[in-house]
Formats: sequence, C-alpha cells, structure tokens
Amino acid sequence: MTPFTRHVGLVAPLDRANVDTDAIIPKQFLKSIKRTGFGPNLFDEWRYLDRGEPGQDCSKRPLNPDFVLNQPRYQGASILLARENFGCGSSREHAPWALADYGFRALIAPSFADIFYNNCFKNGILPIVLPAEVVDRLFQETYATEGYRLTVDLTEQTVTTPAGEVFRFEVDAERKHRLLNGLDDIGITLQHVDAIRAYEQRRRQEAPWLFV
Amino acid sequence: MRMSARTLYDKLWDAHVVHESPDGTTLLYIDRHLVHEVTSPQAFEGLKLAGRKPWRPDSILAVPDHNVPTRDREKGIADPVSRLQVETLDANCKEFRLTEFRMDDRRQGIVHVIGPEQGFTQPGMTIVCGDSHTSTHGAFAALAFGIGTSEVEHVLATQCLWQKKSKTMLVRVEGQLGQGVTAKDVALAVIGRIGTAGGTGYAIEFGGSAIRALSMEGRMTLCNMAIEAGARAGMVAVDDKTIEYLRGRPYAPQGAMWDRAVEYWRTLVSDPDAVFDAVVEIDAADIVPQVTWGTSPEMVVPVTGRVPDPAEAPNPVKRADWERALNYMGLAPHTPIAEIRVDKVFIGSCTNSRIEDLRAAAEVARGRRVAPNVKLAMVVPGSGLVKAQAEAEGLDRVFKEAGFEWRDPGCSMCLAMNADRLEPGERCASTSNRNFEGRQGAGGRTHLVSPAMAAAAAVFGHFVDVRNVQ
Repeated sequence: MTPFTRHVGLVAPLDRANVDTDAIIPKQFLKSIKRTGFGPNLFDEWRYLDRGEPGQDCSKRPLNPDFVLNQPRYQGASILLARENFGCGSSREHAPWALADYGFRALIAPSFADIFYNNCFKNGILPIVLPAEVVDRLFQETYATEGYRLTVDLTEQTVTTPAGEVFRFEVDAERKHRLLNGLDDIGITLQHVDAIRAYEQRRRQEAPWLFV
Repeated sequence: MRMSARTLYDKLWDAHVVHESPDGTTLLYIDRHLVHEVTSPQAFEGLKLAGRKPWRPDSILAVPDHNVPTRDREKGIADPVSRLQVETLDANCKEFRLTEFRMDDRRQGIVHVIGPEQGFTQPGMTIVCGDSHTSTHGAFAALAFGIGTSEVEHVLATQCLWQKKSKTMLVRVEGQLGQGVTAKDVALAVIGRIGTAGGTGYAIEFGGSAIRALSMEGRMTLCNMAIEAGARAGMVAVDDKTIEYLRGRPYAPQGAMWDRAVEYWRTLVSDPDAVFDAVVEIDAADIVPQVTWGTSPEMVVPVTGRVPDPAEAPNPVKRADWERALNYMGLAPHTPIAEIRVDKVFIGSCTNSRIEDLRAAAEVARGRRVAPNVKLAMVVPGSGLVKAQAEAEGLDRVFKEAGFEWRDPGCSMCLAMNADRLEPGERCASTSNRNFEGRQGAGGRTHLVSPAMAAAAAVFGHFVDVRNVQ
C-alpha cells in the first residue's frame, strides 16, 4: 500500500450530502475482476452525458460541463471536499479504488460512512473528518480562490490552509501507524498466528458446533 | 449499576477477541464468510499472488447472485463481462475447494437469503461478506457486517479482521404494528427518524415488543436496512423464534450438539441493566406504510402524506439535497403520495424476497390484474428454495394470473447488474433497500416500499394505502 505522510494538493468541492458509492462508481463497472482502471469511471453518471459501459474509451465521451470535476480550475485535484455521510451505501471497495485511480489522496468531510471510511485506509487514501462549520468554510474558500490548495499532514494530524490556519483531526493510532508506513494488514495479522490458533483451540472446546 | 451488565453486542464482541492493540484496535475472529462474485475476485487474486490459501475453507459459503439472469437461465449469462465474473467465482471455489451453490443449483439465491435458509447463519457468530447488507444476519443475534474486498482477502488469509468497537444503540419499538404495517415500514420509519447517518459508528440492537412479535423474516428485513441508517451491524436478541427457525436446517447443529448450542444461544440477549450509548424509542402504533419520495432512504413519508417542500427543509444543505432529489425524481412539492403513478414494480432483493414477503404480495395480487400503465411487474424470489416453496403454495400462479412475471432468484433489479433494470425516467415501486440515483438503472426513479405496498402499486397503477385494500 502507498504510504501517506504529508500531502499538498489542489482541492475540488463536491457540494452534496450523502454521496453514495453507487454514485462514486456505478454498478456496471463492478463487473471487472481487476483492482485498477476505475478512475475514468469515477462519478460516471454525473461526469458524462452519455450512458457509461465497461470497456469504453472515456476520452471520447461527452463530458457534463456542470459537474465540478470537469471544470478546468479543478483539473489535477487530489483532495476532495465533501459533505456529510460521504461514501454511504454499498461496501464496494471499487469506490476508493476509483478515487485513488483518479488521483485523490485525501478526502475531507463532516462524516463518512463506516465501511467506506475503513476501505479508504486499505488503499492509501486518508479520509479526514472535520467539524461541519470548518468544512463549510473550506467550501467557501475553495470557491473563492482559484488554485486553492491544502496541506494535509498525517504525522501531525493537521490540515493547513494557504493562509496558515491549522485544523487538527482525529485518527486511530493504529490506522495512522499503518497508513504512515504503508503497512499491509495481512502481514501484521500473520504475526499473531499463534494467538489465532490458540483462540481456535479454545473455541473448539467451548463451541464445537461452530466448526463444521 | 453492575459493571458486568453487557449488551448483546458486547457479548458477541467479547467472544471473538483474539488480540487487542493499545488503542483498542482488535483482531476479531470470524466464524462465517459469505462470498459472492462481485467483491471477491480481486481478493482471491491477492491471496494467490501472495501464495496464500483460505485459512478455514469450512467457514466459507459462496454463491453467485448479483450478475445472474432471472430468466432463461439455462442459456447462461449473455453479457460476457458478467459471465466472466461468475466463472471466476466458480474457478476460485473449485481451486480452493470451497462450498459454492452454483447458478444451476436449486439452493442458489441471494447470499443474505441462503445463509439463514441453510442454517449456515447462527446465533453468536461473527459473519462477514463483501456486501453491506450482511447486517441482515444480525436478526439471528449474530455480529454480521459488510466489508470491502481488502478485508475479504484478509479474512480468507487469516480468519480474522481488525476492528474498532462500535458504540451501541438500542432502537426499541413497543406496541403492536397495525394491520398492513410490516418490518419494512418499521425500517423506513426508523431511518426517517434518525437519518441515513444516524447509526454511523453504532451497532444497532432492535428490541421491544413489536420486534419480538416479528417473524425471523421480518427481523431480517429490519436488520438488512440497518446499514441504510448508517449502522454496519443490526441485531435482534435470541428467542424461541430464532431457535425454531434454525431447527433442522442443513448446516444447523444436530442431536446433542444442537442442545449444547441452544443452551449457549439462550444467553445471547442484552442484560436487563445493560447500558446503551444511545436509545431511540418508537411507538409501533405510530408507524404507517412508508414510501420514499427521494434519492436517499431517509427521504421517506407515510403513504398518507405528500412530497415535501424544499422551502421547509431544516437547513440549506438539506434544501439543496431535496431540490436535487425532486428534480431527479420528477416530482413536485406537495404531491400526494397516493397520486404518484409507477411504470414498473420490483418485488425481490435481500430485503424482501423471502416466503413471507411473497405471501404478503400475493395476498394483494390475488384475483387482481396489473394496471395497464405498469409496463412490468416482476417477482424475484430470494432463492431457489423460496421459489420452490412459493410454487408449492401456488403463489406463482397468483402472480402470473395477475400479470406479474415470475423469475429466477438473484439480486436482479435491486442494483441492476444483470439485465433487469429501469430505463431513464422510469418510476418503480421497489421492495429493495436503496433509492439512490441510478441504483436500479441510469436515470431510473425508485420508491422503496413493503412487498404488499409494491403489489398494491402494481395492481392500482399508483401508490395506495395497503391498509385500505381488502
């Protein structure tokens, strides 16, 4: 996994609450058996004017000029600013895969859906929760200033505005450690093989019907 | 307060702790892993690339459900991309010798229907699946939640998951549900009350006399929709109904082992003095049949109500959401729900495709005809066994005589990964769980309702209060 330490990036504002994972990556693209290549179909139904199908050459499709990510000033954005409950709905990890493939490294919102939040950390994306009024201000500043960039520092757990204003965010120590170092969960877990085996042995005694 | 008093969630959690990190991040043991074709191929690929194997093959039950066709199944899957995904699941299960109910197996069905149906889902278990509606299995006092594909691979490789303990919420519904009011209406009413993010960070236990009165099917419907309230897990305590449902099922324990299991299962209730982080109280008598009007399950009103006016939204963000939703749904504020006409009707999904759901829909359809303005009304049973049971009861004839299509089991038009979908602008009364933009097909407009309400919409051509339908 790509480690995340400190990132400075252009901010794109997605001003909608309850953005669900069906919107982030529509179902027809879930038929892929790969982990890569979802970026061109990120927000497909909002981003393009035609109906998206797997395998299309997206560079030739008509873009929806009203969709925020299609506006010239947000090209190259790597930080997505969003509203509450971002990533709700389906557990599809294709959603963070698509966001990462597009180039997003950090997401900022007042809240995220649990499964999506968790999936982000497995893919080198840092989801940051800030109070709704702070997010509101960041939206205003993003709209007001072309080329608006934020600095995200995971070590310090801070988001810094161009004016030097600093907002601190919370993140679990364990998640932070793994993301900072790009550690693979399975590798860490397999250091606990003895504990897993001991658990299974005890559980087989207590509740043998669980082992068929 | 006795410190030892624990909620059901606490008990399930405590029984599965393998290791705990200093910040509380816990390695949790997983008893059952349900697998379907959409969220597993990349996990199996990762497993193979690392030279690993499934830790405990007997903990896994696999089934293709999202991509499968619901008719002419003997002809196979027409879409080559869908077909490859199902074939990939078949190949992975064969390679690792995992139990899979293939597309032509009569036990095949929606993963969240077949787990309980087979008795593979049992009280006291941790159950995961790469699917958010895994919360369904919590109806059996199991800790069941959806995971992403990286975690599917993690469970395959280690039989464990890293988790942080959730907060606990008790949703207590006391009293008696009115005639024609179902578990689906309870679920939608709860979401309408607490919002789609109201349960974020919580595991919800549903309790109270109205929940105890629900059948296991009803409890599954309710727990299924816990995720639409933002909660990864929903659950209901064990009682006689839980145990009677499981007795004699193929994967349920037998003989002396059954008695031992039951003894343990009886302990899977919250202690009387257990403390929850949040409590939501709802009077069952206040719940009437629900219909969603927008593009989030929280955008819901009673069938007796009207489409709301964005001018009356509580804040500017919500106002913009409501305006966008009404625009997408093609609805004007103040329109009576009962005047909304539908183009299609979908009865199915992991929320509402079990035998009780089909009985309730058939009861309304019996002796009636699908209205001329309804282009398609389809019934998609949750599994091959549900389908067989319904046919044994003659429900298929009731539906067919009324002009409904009677299909083969799968996820179907709940998310439209197969050929069943809405066309742009089409309006659907659906017993599924999500009314998101494009969920049932790009540009499609979904109204979530109970099975009886969906059947009533099919035969009247518009929403009606099923309580008034004889």
